Amino acid sequence: MLASILTIILVVGGTALLSWPLGKYMAALFSGRFAAADRLFTAATGGAGEQDWKTYSLALIAFNVVMFGFVFLLLATQHLLPFNPDGQGVASLDLVFNTAASFTTNTNLQHYSGESTWSYLAQLGGLMWLQFVSAATGIAALAALARGIGGQASMGNFFLDVQRAAFMLLLPVAMLLACAIALAGVPMTLEGAAAVTTLEGATQTIARGPAAAFVAIKQLGTNGGGFFGPNSTHPFENPTFWSNALEIIAIILIPMACVWMFGRIIGRVKHAAVIFGVMAALLVIKLTAAVTFEAAPTQAFADLAVPQDVGNLEGKELRLGATTGPLWAVLTTATSNGSVGAMHDSLNPLTGLVPMAGMWLNETFGGVGVGMINMFLYIALAVFVAGMMVGRTPEYLGHRIEGREMRLVVLALIAHPLLILGGTALFAATPWGLDTLNNTGAHGFSEILYEFSSAAANNGSGFEGLGDNTPAWNIATGLAMLIGRYLPIIVPLAIAGSLMAKRRSAESAGTLSVEGPTFGVMLFIVILIFGALTFFPAAALGPIAEHVTLMR
Amino acid sequence: MQYLLPSLRLWLVTFAICVVGYTALVLAFAQSVAPFQANGSIIEADGPAVGSKLIAQDFSSPRYFWPRPSAVDYDGMGAGGSNTSPTSPDLTDRAKELIARYGATADKPIPADLVAASGGGLDPHISLEGALYQADRVAAARGLPPAEVKRLIEAQAVSAAGPFAPERIVNVLELNLALDRQAQ
Repeated sequence: MLASILTIILVVGGTALLSWPLGKYMAALFSGRFAAADRLFTAATGGAGEQDWKTYSLALIAFNVVMFGFVFLLLATQHLLPFNPDGQGVASLDLVFNTAASFTTNTNLQHYSGESTWSYLAQLGGLMWLQFVSAATGIAALAALARGIGGQASMGNFFLDVQRAAFMLLLPVAMLLACAIALAGVPMTLEGAAAVTTLEGATQTIARGPAAAFVAIKQLGTNGGGFFGPNSTHPFENPTFWSNALEIIAIILIPMACVWMFGRIIGRVKHAAVIFGVMAALLVIKLTAAVTFEAAPTQAFADLAVPQDVGNLEGKELRLGATTGPLWAVLTTATSNGSVGAMHDSLNPLTGLVPMAGMWLNETFGGVGVGMINMFLYIALAVFVAGMMVGRTPEYLGHRIEGREMRLVVLALIAHPLLILGGTALFAATPWGLDTLNNTGAHGFSEILYEFSSAAANNGSGFEGLGDNTPAWNIATGLAMLIGRYLPIIVPLAIAGSLMAKRRSAESAGTLSVEGPTFGVMLFIVILIFGALTFFPAAALGPIAEHVTLMR
Repeated sequence: MQYLLPSLRLWLVTFAICVVGYTALVLAFAQSVAPFQANGSIIEADGPAVGSKLIAQDFSSPRYFWPRPSAVDYDGMGAGGSNTSPTSPDLTDRAKELIARYGATADKPIPADLVAASGGGLDPHISLEGALYQADRVAAARGLPPAEVKRLIEAQAVSAAGPFAPERIVNVLELNLALDRQAQ
């Protein structure tokens, strides 16, 4: 227990401290403080000029169409292209669609194992490229939203913002991280697999490749798609406790810094502190629950000659320490990262519920940029509910929140449970889902529920026993990822556009302050009621049912 | 159209810098500063490669220490876990086979890591308890005094990260290499 607490203080507490200066830097970056770099970026792409919410959104969509189209072509033709030392063959078109959608939307749901599916060119030139630019897209969207509701005249320029995020933020940090984990043992080579002869005379073929570069940005940009099938449980993606600590820090660093960046751009750091506090409180609750539940031993060994004093080791790596499984599970789903440090399918039933809850809420820091955007929707809802309760016109930062804005907020918030519960219901009732399960009963239901939660939340982790490389899964989750990505980005920009068009009123003594603990508590309750309660019946059918029937 | 051309130019610059430039720099750094790790930590014991320090391989002879079970049979080209619920009877059945193989009894229970498969199926380590548990078998098969085998294990056991992960673990391939060196 002491080791767990020390580990959590080291990686979560340490990262929270680091996020403060980084958020300050990001706010300066997106406020044009680096004019020389900005001039260079503007010259590189053209298309300069200030954008409103419509033109910013159109530019975002245009670039994301290019992202999807290019990677779709690259993946579909990888067998004809160079940098393919292990001779990877043709992938099915539905898998290509799913993978291109998955990495374009910053989800990184993987219905394949990298080492046996994609060439090095497909991994680096297609997937790793998307890991940079999809993360940059999310951060750019947050900068635009913050400018809009912070009272600036324009939302900025999308093409400039993406380059700021990619070149001035993601690239330098990823470079440092890649070099550090390469020293720890993550391979970085263009050579194909290594063939060895074991001491007993058998032959073993060991996949390797340019993994260090890939793993760094997958952790940093809340991407989460691994170079190898089992992600960061693979010793080549995560060779030591210290590479593990760095990779965990990278999961939450930028999502945390995004809150401070938002607060600085809107000029309300105290408001950001309240938001950060609410997110941190949710995180601590989830961490405590997951670490506690996972300390229960493997139920399947209960009546055997196996000591039951070391927690559940199924699906876990010894070198990463006992805390890594639950800690990583919580952080990777609090943010929309989706990389794993232990196999989620083999977590104890109630531990497995915690990452699902993380994806249902999807704003405990959340994805880079988009986590704070999701939180903005809950803030608008909390302000509205509070306003109704005391009978005053709801106002947020001097903006009146009215019917039009609330309709948009509800549209964006309701899409999330609709995608998850609708998809789960469909696949739990048909062979599309039932024929692909690796576990029976309630745990099988959890596999379907997890997959749709992961797709809609743009998370990308999975209960990986699910045989999900089928046309039905590839198409359904591909669509869920696309809707789950662009709706919650475009709608908030539209809300900000609507607010910008109205005259701001001065805040008075009667206005609900968004900088105090009252607002924090209100926000926390709204998140729990609207975010978590929606999913309670589904949770009862899956992990909770499994726990009460099978755990002793 | 007004957005397509800037998007294509953005594709070009980000691809050139974030894929080509970034990969080249990381590759140059790793290959020059840490070539052993960069190429997969492949161990070449006096000649041909015998394995990777980081990747578990199958050992079934009683003369060697055995690794944790692997859901993918130690396939270096297709890693993965069992992805089975900890409440599943499949895990009970797998554990029973291993208990029979190790000859574990209620008086001599088997450490849990030796019956639980790892996440990637390639975990190169076993717990210190898991290594000591096998010491008598290895010593008997090699005709060595058990105390000497235990001394070797103790010399190889390390804690993963001091106070953050105090449990001591042993790298199976390195331990088996040390055993073979002992015999020479």
